[in-house]
Amino acid sequence: MRFQAASDQSLLVYLGEEIGAAAHERVVWLLRLLQRKPIKWLRNIQPAYCSLLITFDATAVEHAEVQAKILELEHRAKTLPAANPRLVEVPVCYGGEFGPDLDWVAEQRGLPAEKVVELHIAPTYYAYFLGFAPGFAYLGDLAEEIAVPRLESPRKEVPAGSVGIAARQTAIYPFGTPGGWRLIGRTQAEIFRKDREPMGLIEIGDQVRFRPITRAEYLATRRA
Amino acid sequence: MSLLVVESAGLQTTVQDFGREGFGVLGISASGAADAVALRLGNLLLENKAGAPALEMTLTGGTFLFPDGAVICLAGANFDAQADGQALELWRPHAIFPGKRLAFGATRDYARCYLCVAGGFGVEEFLGSASTQLLSGLGGWEGRALRKGDVLQVGKLEKNIRRRKLRPGVLDALKPEKKLRVTRGPQFDWFAEEAQRTLAGGEFVVSEDSNRIGLRLDGPRLATRGHGEMISEGAPVGAIQVTPSGQAIILFVEQQTTGGYPKVANVIGADLHCVGQLRPRDTIRFEEVSLAEARKLWIEQQSLLGSEERLFA
Repeated sequence: MRFQAASDQSLLVYLGEEIGAAAHERVVWLLRLLQRKPIKWLRNIQPAYCSLLITFDATAVEHAEVQAKILELEHRAKTLPAANPRLVEVPVCYGGEFGPDLDWVAEQRGLPAEKVVELHIAPTYYAYFLGFAPGFAYLGDLAEEIAVPRLESPRKEVPAGSVGIAARQTAIYPFGTPGGWRLIGRTQAEIFRKDREPMGLIEIGDQVRFRPITRAEYLATRRA
Repeated sequence: MSLLVVESAGLQTTVQDFGREGFGVLGISASGAADAVALRLGNLLLENKAGAPALEMTLTGGTFLFPDGAVICLAGANFDAQADGQALELWRPHAIFPGKRLAFGATRDYARCYLCVAGGFGVEEFLGSASTQLLSGLGGWEGRALRKGDVLQVGKLEKNIRRRKLRPGVLDALKPEKKLRVTRGPQFDWFAEEAQRTLAGGEFVVSEDSNRIGLRLDGPRLATRGHGEMISEGAPVGAIQVTPSGQAIILFVEQQTTGGYPKVANVIGADLHCVGQLRPRDTIRFEEVSLAEARKLWIEQQSLLGSEERLFA
């Protein structure tokens, strides 16, 4: 565990130096420890691949005290509530108007488009964390064979439900927002609904699989 | 219950309060007023809750009608407000009689003016806040900036408004400065010595391409030295991240909650309201302070903002 002040009111806790299951298990573990009982000075927790950013009430505590509290929590932790990851299946219509970058990805990586789809649906992905926009889950690990860089300049508007890839990650855009990932398909699944519990279709630690559907199936699915 | 009718909305007018902090696990940034100090003072002058929902106007304000009248207070930037042609001062309560038209122009000084109303604006809360998040279209008034024809509800006026005034010196102590104090960011050491010096001494210009998500800075580029691969991590509000081309971006209230660019510095909490009052083409500088100094300044500011005796005459 390594600590680093990020601002006058926040502290980064690093739990590994490499993206992968080992570091992330520790991230989720510390997240659950911090969530177990309310902590008065704790304002926000932002998990990521290998770290947690902890924002605190700087009128009440300083960095050293937050650090001590985390070490104490870690030291005392014996049992933890078992994580029960859900398996979420997301139906996706690949290519065509819904996946405008599919052919580009195929060409870049010297693969037929069908193979790109095959490689995208093969793994059971892991939701490392949510960021960018409400409900936007960073899913890994994308097959190396179809890893491509982000767009040089992001699109001004990516339609809600778009499935994008960037480096070794994939994600679904919950809202029509700007976005720089390469779009290979789209889903009608509602990624974030404020009137649903939980609001996000995918939460940190969940497992995600993509299921290919035809254009006709996609169009037959109506958003509620 | 009384109403506000939007005759014209201005450049970007949204409902804001202190935001919804604490939902990073869901990927949700806090949002909230860009200048939380102005919002607080405007509300307190009306004896509202400090974080009552108000309208945040950006660079150019709109025109509004209160068909049933209202008591208002304007805070932040001077947008040349008038009620049926009569100029309205900032930082004091005004009674707006039924049917009077409240008109704002373009800013004369800073970026954002807050229209606070006694009783606050009534909108449905999302995750405990009335704040609008434009990126995802959540919260506030239908998740978007106001448009002509929108009709908002105004909370009930509970009591008579006293003629409250700010003590002399309060506004000076909280004046939005263009020199922002920063602490070192988590990747400060990744930057070349020249970049570290540039950050401390250089002048940067706020780009037109700036908003509540982030402020892009033109001017000197900040080069990193060779370093390992950056793994995306949580980024605090006020983080100054640097793109591969060397451009600095200040992450702001509707920020992405995580980021993969190195962060050279972070605006201190006590100066975040200054960021909310920066306009495109403003020239800014940075000054490094220690974490201890930043904390002291934050506690001092919070103590002033929390003290009725120190704020009001």
